[in-house]
Amino acid sequence: MITVKNLEKSFGATPVLRGVNQHIGPGEKVVVIGPSGSGKSTFLRCMNLLERPTSGQIFFEGTEITGPGCDIDQIRSRMGMVFQQFNLFPHLSVLDNITLAPIRTKRMTKGEAREKAIDLLKRVGLVEKAASYPKQLSGGQQQRIAIVRALCMNPDVMLFDEPTSALDPEMVGEVLDVMKKLALEGMTMVVVTHEMGFAREVGDRVLFMDEGVVLEEGSPKDIFENPKELRTQDFLRKVL
Amino acid sequence: MEAGSPSISTLSEIGTWFDGVKAEFLLNFVEKNRWKLLWDGLQNTLLITLVACLMGIVIGMVVATVRATWDTMGQNSRKGLGRSLLAIVDRLCRLYITVIRGTPVVIQLMLMYYVIFASSDNGVMVAMLAFGLNSGAYVAEIFRGGIMSIDKGQFEAGRSLGMGYTQTMVYIIAPQVLKTVLPTLANEFIVLLKETSVAGYVAVADLTFGGNRIRGVTYSAFMPLIAVALIYLVLVIFLSWLVGKLERRLRQSDNR
Repeated sequence: MITVKNLEKSFGATPVLRGVNQHIGPGEKVVVIGPSGSGKSTFLRCMNLLERPTSGQIFFEGTEITGPGCDIDQIRSRMGMVFQQFNLFPHLSVLDNITLAPIRTKRMTKGEAREKAIDLLKRVGLVEKAASYPKQLSGGQQQRIAIVRALCMNPDVMLFDEPTSALDPEMVGEVLDVMKKLALEGMTMVVVTHEMGFAREVGDRVLFMDEGVVLEEGSPKDIFENPKELRTQDFLRKVL
Repeated sequence: MEAGSPSISTLSEIGTWFDGVKAEFLLNFVEKNRWKLLWDGLQNTLLITLVACLMGIVIGMVVATVRATWDTMGQNSRKGLGRSLLAIVDRLCRLYITVIRGTPVVIQLMLMYYVIFASSDNGVMVAMLAFGLNSGAYVAEIFRGGIMSIDKGQFEAGRSLGMGYTQTMVYIIAPQVLKTVLPTLANEFIVLLKETSVAGYVAVADLTFGGNRIRGVTYSAFMPLIAVALIYLVLVIFLSWLVGKLERRLRQSDNR
């Protein structure tokens, strides 16, 4: 579904990604872990070109999105993204937050978008907040709305960029629950996170990134119980 | 002054003073319909301010969008024709802002009237253009500040949902920018109203010019100048009241 070849990215003279090769299959749940500054967020953000790679190729469903003349808006509408800071639109109600993109990109009519939004809101238990504004919601609620907003576009893959890192501890659970449900429904997911419990429970494959490369990868069992690399062992000792 | 009848003397003094004021008033405003100079001047002042305002908003929006686009993404985007074009336009915008903000508006006005449009004697039109161009530079910086104050994540969220650059700007960024800059913007136009008082330099009969004309023929300065000042003051108080109302309404929607 997503293939990444020799991905490199530098910010000015600072290399952040130094050759990443990955293939993410349909329905696969890939969890990316690693110390801060290891390039995991940049890796994720390159996948929908929020960061433009310095070199390398990225293919999404057979299309090279790093190639010239690629319609990135069209690609992005099939890749949902959830941010650490939620990034809900403060001037719009919850319902408008969710339906804005499907309507404006002409993927749905107003009625269809509304219907879909209400349906999704029911599934995350927030349908009574449809008319509220983001400021009136807790962090956990906002992040669940952000997930719904991305889902409303009917994406083929969901990218999560540390979705629980900005939350108060008691709200982490409600967001992870929504993500677990989504995983059970078969969504393809790439998740950058520090929630090792989630990585272990949901991940099909765990990538350990360090200094701009995927240093080690494998099943959660391999990585968490039997890490081979010294850096991985070191990192896990600190966070577990 | 006689010690026995101070009150009568004071009263008659007041009476004399009042007669004087009345005569002054009649001389400056009523005689030969001189009030019409102020009335016509006021109309020109308001017209110039209004048109300059609208021009300022349009110019400001365009310039701010160019500047902010270049600052946030132009430098990092891929090399190509679009990037070079944006770089050039950004340079031009910066030059425009530097020149306009770095020179007095009177000089700009006079250059416009006596040099650039020397062949035209439509002073009001030239004044509209000069003040519009002037205000555009200030408004551009206000808008740019507003755009830069919006969290980058808002833009990314819009783009990540598949909305294009323009759609994201129009539906997500612009409404938030407008809300944050409205008070500052309104303030800028209050300043503009008073700045147009130098339009007389190019023989535009604005409010100030009208007052000064009256002074010139009646040789009495107090009445006409105070009248002009009062009219400006009333206009500004009215506008400030409007802005205050607007701000209160915006704050209310913040607490939804």
